[in-house]
Amino acid sequence: MQSFTVSELTRYIRGLFDADEALADVWARGEISNLTKARSGHWYFSIKDASAQLRCVMFRHATRRASAGLRAGAEVLVHGRVGVYEARGEYQLYADEILAVGGLGDLQLQFEALKAKLAAEGLFDPARKRDLPAFPKRIGVLTSPAAAAWQDLQNVLRRRYPLAELVLSPSLVQGFEAPAQIVMALERLNRLRDLDLVIIARGGGSLEDLWCFNDESVARAVADCRVPVISGVGHEVDFTIVDFVADLRAPTPSAAAELATPNREDLLLDLDRLRGDLTSLHAGALRSNGRELARLRQGLRFVSPGRAIVAARAQLRESQGRLWRAAQFGLERRRERLASANQALRAANPAQILGRGYAIVRDDGGALIREAAQVSKNQRLNIQLSRDRIRVRVDE
Amino acid sequence: MRDDIKQLSYEEAYQELESLVARLESGELPLEESVNLFERGQSLAAHCQALLEAAELKIQLVEAAE
Repeated sequence: MQSFTVSELTRYIRGLFDADEALADVWARGEISNLTKARSGHWYFSIKDASAQLRCVMFRHATRRASAGLRAGAEVLVHGRVGVYEARGEYQLYADEILAVGGLGDLQLQFEALKAKLAAEGLFDPARKRDLPAFPKRIGVLTSPAAAAWQDLQNVLRRRYPLAELVLSPSLVQGFEAPAQIVMALERLNRLRDLDLVIIARGGGSLEDLWCFNDESVARAVADCRVPVISGVGHEVDFTIVDFVADLRAPTPSAAAELATPNREDLLLDLDRLRGDLTSLHAGALRSNGRELARLRQGLRFVSPGRAIVAARAQLRESQGRLWRAAQFGLERRRERLASANQALRAANPAQILGRGYAIVRDDGGALIREAAQVSKNQRLNIQLSRDRIRVRVDE
Repeated sequence: MRDDIKQLSYEEAYQELESLVARLESGELPLEESVNLFERGQSLAAHCQALLEAAELKIQLVEAAE
């Protein structure tokens, strides 16, 4: 009869487990019981269903990534490999990942309850949302320095808006301790005087990974933040309570960095545009000033004494002309008047009249006889003719 | 470039540049003032550009006091 030592037999059985590929990579579903979180950081627990149970161990390095909602009674899916622990003669599941299954409904209920409560308090009011500064100088970042989100943020800002200064306030962003750490990290940022805004960043993860952002104390700390807060938590599809409380929700950490800052390329284009405006406005100002100058010069010529002198001279010339013409005209008229006077004089000369056949009749006393009543019968009269005279006697 | 411009943050310089262009756009400025504004505007734009091109992202840490 062949016999084995316990060690030999156990090692043989272990070999059978290790050789089985199905057991090397397996998901097992059950309800958690006997959960023990050892001081070493390892977790020991069982998962069970109605008729069986399975010992599980999750070592410290894996627990750090494990979900926040892990507790006795929770329905979970556990991933890992099944192997034999020789010292106890037990087979167990060496877990590297735990997903909540039945607990999900529970968390969803909690989420909706808190959301309704905070909404009723007005914490999600659009009126509470603050405008983001156009050119943030100091940006507080709340995240885990080990997270990819932190690298993403830096990359985006380095390319996009390197004028900014980042102030990292490190915190765990998942797990049991995360909510308290996040609240403290926000308080540290809140104490800074010249901060322009805060970005809360965390990459994608399961509902439970992101659970700390559905924590009431975290939500209230975000609401109390002195400066605007952008949440960049998870992926596009993930919504957390913090997203609702934040002044702006970004779908991802990178998107948060983009929403927080202007783009350097755009700013350079803007500068070019302003420079162009400046140059053309300046050229325009010079041109219009030149035109104004020309206009003034024209006006100046118009009002200059030189021109006045020319005008006065012209006026003088014109006055002289008028004077001369007036004098000329006067002389002419006088000459004409003299001529007509001479003519009249000549016409009035009695000798002239006598020449035309008239005669002057006088009495002996020399008085002019104008009518018959002046004379009597046989009176002698003298008739003066043009050249000589006749002596006559009145007959009748 | 004038020292007072070098002290300006990007935001300050950019906003001054914008308002200066707006003033020039309004017209009606004496030539001397318009020339001064133009020269200051050029300095502001150069300062903004230099800030954008030379900037390097600065990172600071605020950790728990414990």
